[in-house]
Amino acid sequence: MAVIIDKELCTGCGECLEACPFEALSLQDDKAQVNEACTLCGACEEVCPTGAITVPQVERAADERAAEARGVWVFAEQRQGAMPEVVAELLGQGRRLADELGVELSAVLLGHGLDGRAAELFALGADVVYQADDERLAAFNDDIYTQVLARVINEHRPEVLLAGATSLGRSLIPRVATAVATGLTADCTGLAIDPEKRLLLQTRPAFGGNIMATIICPQARPQMATVRPRVMKQGPRQEGRQGRLVPVELNPQDQARTQVLEVVRALEEQVNLTGAEVVVTGGRGLGQPEGFALVRKLATALGGVVGATRGTVDAGWIGHAHQVGQTGRTVSPKLYVALGVSGAVQHLVGMQSSDNILAVNTDPNAPIFSVAHYGIVGNLYEVVPAMLDRLAELRGQGA
Amino acid sequence: MKIVVCIKQVPDTAHVRLDPETHTLKREGVESIINPFDLFALEAALRIREQAGGAIVALSMGPPQAAEVIKEAIGYGVDEGLLLSDRAFAGADTWATTAALAAAIGQMEDVDLIVCGKQAVDGDTAQVGPGIAQRLGRPQVAFVKAFREISGQRLVVERQMDDGFDVVDLPLPGLITVVREVGEPRPPSLKGKMRAKQYRVPVKGAADLGLAPEQVGLAGSYTQVVKVFAPQATGERRVLQGSAQETGAQAVDLLVDNQVILLGS
Amino acid sequence: MDYFFSEEQVMIRDLCRQIAEERIKPVRAELDEKEQFPSEIMKALAQADLFQIIIPAEYGGLGGGCLENCIAVEELSRACCGVSTSYAACFLGAYPILLFGSQEQKDKYLPLIGNGQQYCAFALTESASGSDAGSIQTEARRDGDFYVLNGSKQWITNGGQAGIYTVVAITDRSKGARGATAFIVEADDPGFTVGKKERKLGIRASATAELIFSDCRIPADRVLGKEGLGFVVAMRTFDKSRPGVGAQAVGLAQGALDEAAAFARVRKQFGKPIITFQAVAHMLADMATEIEAARALVYATARFIDSGAKDISKVSAMAKVFPSDVAMRAATNAVQVFGGHGYMRDYPVEKMMRDAKILQIYEGTNQIQRNVIGQELNKEYGRSK
Repeated sequence: MAVIIDKELCTGCGECLEACPFEALSLQDDKAQVNEACTLCGACEEVCPTGAITVPQVERAADERAAEARGVWVFAEQRQGAMPEVVAELLGQGRRLADELGVELSAVLLGHGLDGRAAELFALGADVVYQADDERLAAFNDDIYTQVLARVINEHRPEVLLAGATSLGRSLIPRVATAVATGLTADCTGLAIDPEKRLLLQTRPAFGGNIMATIICPQARPQMATVRPRVMKQGPRQEGRQGRLVPVELNPQDQARTQVLEVVRALEEQVNLTGAEVVVTGGRGLGQPEGFALVRKLATALGGVVGATRGTVDAGWIGHAHQVGQTGRTVSPKLYVALGVSGAVQHLVGMQSSDNILAVNTDPNAPIFSVAHYGIVGNLYEVVPAMLDRLAELRGQGA
Repeated sequence: MKIVVCIKQVPDTAHVRLDPETHTLKREGVESIINPFDLFALEAALRIREQAGGAIVALSMGPPQAAEVIKEAIGYGVDEGLLLSDRAFAGADTWATTAALAAAIGQMEDVDLIVCGKQAVDGDTAQVGPGIAQRLGRPQVAFVKAFREISGQRLVVERQMDDGFDVVDLPLPGLITVVREVGEPRPPSLKGKMRAKQYRVPVKGAADLGLAPEQVGLAGSYTQVVKVFAPQATGERRVLQGSAQETGAQAVDLLVDNQVILLGS
Repeated sequence: MDYFFSEEQVMIRDLCRQIAEERIKPVRAELDEKEQFPSEIMKALAQADLFQIIIPAEYGGLGGGCLENCIAVEELSRACCGVSTSYAACFLGAYPILLFGSQEQKDKYLPLIGNGQQYCAFALTESASGSDAGSIQTEARRDGDFYVLNGSKQWITNGGQAGIYTVVAITDRSKGARGATAFIVEADDPGFTVGKKERKLGIRASATAELIFSDCRIPADRVLGKEGLGFVVAMRTFDKSRPGVGAQAVGLAQGALDEAAAFARVRKQFGKPIITFQAVAHMLADMATEIEAARALVYATARFIDSGAKDISKVSAMAKVFPSDVAMRAATNAVQVFGGHGYMRDYPVEKMMRDAKILQIYEGTNQIQRNVIGQELNKEYGRSK
């Protein structure tokens, strides 16, 4: 499947080649030619001056559920009574979306011993809480959680369902989306409403964060998305705010096939990247794994922790716990020092909100300099020792 | 034990660069590789086979050239491969992708375990594994980081969670997705690579899977990409001038002056 | 330069390069620092079938020869000679079985060696017997269907890690050099123990230990070849293995050049990359030229040996002595190019310089190699008169 090019209209101007994010277009005999990399994103259609390119309209089975579905839902994840921060963020964002659509905001709560938990969800903006409180839901098992959640969805037909892109959410929600036969967008960093079509515009990074894509789910309902933690803003908290609590009963035959034998609360990661005030990151520009010794030295001198790019982690130079970026941690420290980091976009998305960014790289064209507040074009093995010397000197004077 | 490992061919995103002018992906010279997370799935499957015996099938969906990742998997020591390739599959979202993969697995006999990497680095959705499990009606454990027990009937696994891990008993047949902690992928073997050179990868299309064109690819997808754009980079640029000695010292001075670095007591 | 490798040889090279990059480089400094045997890497090498290279196909191996061995060793050495020493020593221990083993011995040991289940070691050197191999003291006394070994071996690579040891001991002191016999000793044989592990200047990832035999009783069918062949076994083994040391040297030297050239391109002094200064560029040029010459010699020798040639002592010695001298120079000069940085442990060239030294010493010092070459020349020119 690919875009359709009208060879009569095509003038071979090449605008579409420039616009295509996937290099799916080429010129052959002065006419545009499309290959299998085409994803039908439509970027070429937009720029074509002669209207030679059309995105084929694919007929999809219309879903009669779509028209009548109403309401914004949030999956209120909890484990052993603890609710991750992202639930409050989802309720904040969900409230805004619900208000725009003019509908209620509901939360779904699954677990055991949930007395009093709903009040918290009301305070954070939920109008309705669907609560399934059952021994069989005490531990998280994908299949029984799927059964219950899918059943409630099919019964009440919300138009939007949001969940946190947590380990639990990313394990459960794809199963639920499959069970209710709808589309799902993973790990969204932006959500908006197209009020006319009541469509949820779901924006997320793709290709390792190299590009952003906005995705819709035109026919099926609910429009489902998992949302990256620490991106959406929590709403105002209104203590004592009231709502409607709807209990959900399990069927006698609902049973999990997997069994949770033990729950171990332990963060193995000793590297507290997310909370650090200073992060000093090494990239492939270090040249060799031994280079992290110098990174560590500077991190220690600055009272910070060591970060790493995906390249160095993949090369085995340092553990994954240190990785900053799309497939690692997102950080926003007071000071971020990038040493020998070229600045692949997948890395930039994980650190560009840092308050101060200092980059040292030999390549003046390295993309890292486009986000750096302070850039030094030079050999890190000379610059860093100079920094250490100066620090020692200043500290010596200060003492 | 019969194990199916799902693998995907992806562009090596670590080397994908964005054209700063046009904000488009520069994919020239970017190699296609096995999705790095799928190497952990392969490693997990190989370790399970070492303990429980049996055979491994590597399954992939993609354009004809994705046969390369199947061959690569043969090099790592899997027994057989199967590629799902059909022009009708193009543009598939995870819903349409799992339709094809689940149909292919459904056609195989006595599959005890399906192993997937936690996600693919080009899409980062992590949705395909659970989607397959749901379509096949099998129990699943996502984000497995270690095995405690392996037998033909069940696995006891450690499932990575945000606040620690769970020990979960998974009766077979079932599906797992694995994270990198499951074990460093072994290198391919010389004998495997030699076999891979000779190996002819079987290919199936939509019709072979009993799927209609509207069930797969873009037509069979619920989601649709409507816009693609470059992420915004922020920050103003200030390049320090001088020798390494000077710029290093200057950077420290600036950070101290702006109270980013506190010299402290 | 293209040395016209077969498809299989290219595969070996590429796979070893991949393992070197992905598995060895990231940990080499740590292994060196902690003087730690590379168990994980050895396991990966086994999984990659790299111990199968010289094992004949009928024992499940790949049936490769000296050249295939050299290709693998060179690539691994480019990242770490400590690791490649542990790997190559297995072949050193396996060659006697390959060359002189009985059918039963081959059936029993070669599959274990090939799949990496058991590592090998070769034990000749003693505290009072280095280059003068004829003066070994370890004794083996026949006792019915057994031999009883007494004595100790020194500086044995893979000592304590190997499961299979080829040991040369004196069975008849009156016969001098013809009174030595080679035996296979298994790690759990009674009376066999491993003494202290040595602390070394370089190749510190490799395990070097003392082997102690005190009334070590082994069945008589462990003799390799027959009684009295001990030194023949040792010499034939070295003839086959010496180009492997040459390949280690080529790999190490190439690794040093890789580091030095990359550094010289980014290191700026007086406003210019130092590679643009003739003094530095000429050092690199000499390194590159010598390495290519050494490599060509190693490959040519390996191919010559694989052709089944008989008189290989001279070329085999040449393929060890020249490359190892080249490696020592290359590593030393790489440190020089790095200047002060090179003297620090933050960069790998410091370790390379320490590692390089052993290549001029073990498996026959370079002085002994020159003796061998000299003696062979004397013979040759004597004949041609």
